[in-house]
Amino acid sequence: MKLKELESCLQQVDAFEEPKILLEQYPTSPHIAACMLYTIHNTFDDIEGKLVADLGCGCGVLSIGAAMLDAGLCVGFDIDDDALEIFKRNSEEFELTNIDLIQCDMCSLRSHAYAKKFDTVIMNPPFGTKHNQGMDMQFLRTALTMATTAVYSLHKTSTRGHIQKKANDWGVKMEVIAELRYDLPASYKFHKKKSVDIKVDFLRFSTT
Amino acid sequence: MFCILRVYAFFSSGLCGSQATEVRVSEVEFNPNFVSRMIPTLDWSALVQAADGLGLLQGLPAELVTDYEKNEDFLRKVHRVLLEVEVLEGCLQCPESGREFPISRGVPNMLLNEDEA
Repeated sequence: MKLKELESCLQQVDAFEEPKILLEQYPTSPHIAACMLYTIHNTFDDIEGKLVADLGCGCGVLSIGAAMLDAGLCVGFDIDDDALEIFKRNSEEFELTNIDLIQCDMCSLRSHAYAKKFDTVIMNPPFGTKHNQGMDMQFLRTALTMATTAVYSLHKTSTRGHIQKKANDWGVKMEVIAELRYDLPASYKFHKKKSVDIKVDFLRFSTT
Repeated sequence: MFCILRVYAFFSSGLCGSQATEVRVSEVEFNPNFVSRMIPTLDWSALVQAADGLGLLQGLPAELVTDYEKNEDFLRKVHRVLLEVEVLEGCLQCPESGREFPISRGVPNMLLNEDEA
């Protein structure tokens, strides 16, 4: 599948109807999702025939993309009923059989239950900007216990130094695959500007 | 779309009781390499117990066969039980606490209440 095709398919994925601010819900744009997945698949071969986890999957755009790129199985994890409802609807519409969903709280997950169970973890985690500081690192820590090969994640560029230090402490290798700019349209009512531009790193973590 | 037997395998250390009131079996493309790679991550006896409980044992052996990577017949049985059976309604039970986690419309809810976390 070509990048443009993937992006075009992902444009059909329904997003949050009423995004919840405190959960930092916003859809990963089809363009960013397609670019991420395409790289993970073509450069690193970490999707096809692999067991993939999507942490904080929301409405499922990353999982659906992974499933379309022939992941052996993609399991989406999210805390929110409404998001999972939309995700379910999306995967039914795409008629994908290689997707599972689990409702849980990533912060209170008994991580040993899932330790080293997945080949790859892909995620766009909450950044920890809504009274939930440190959430991005919690997601990352959990992801690293779950994956055997690699974790792919998006984090604010401003936190790169901090994350690199943590990666060193944890004995994992961190690569900045790309620098992206999020153009978040005013998805929350209190946004005054039309859109918010945030610099984001697309990172790959692996055990050295 | 939720296959209890898949998550079951993940919960190998924790949850051993399960019930299914509504199950769906669908066709999923067989990928022998994928199934073969998943097998070492499974708690085999837990998987067999779950399949049995759901009446879906269908010749799955109590012990893992040796050289399963080349045994297509065996891999197909595992594929069926692991990827094609979905629990739409039911529950997972934690053997330690007895706590039940519901599965509704194919999605298991593993959220703990405030007093449990």
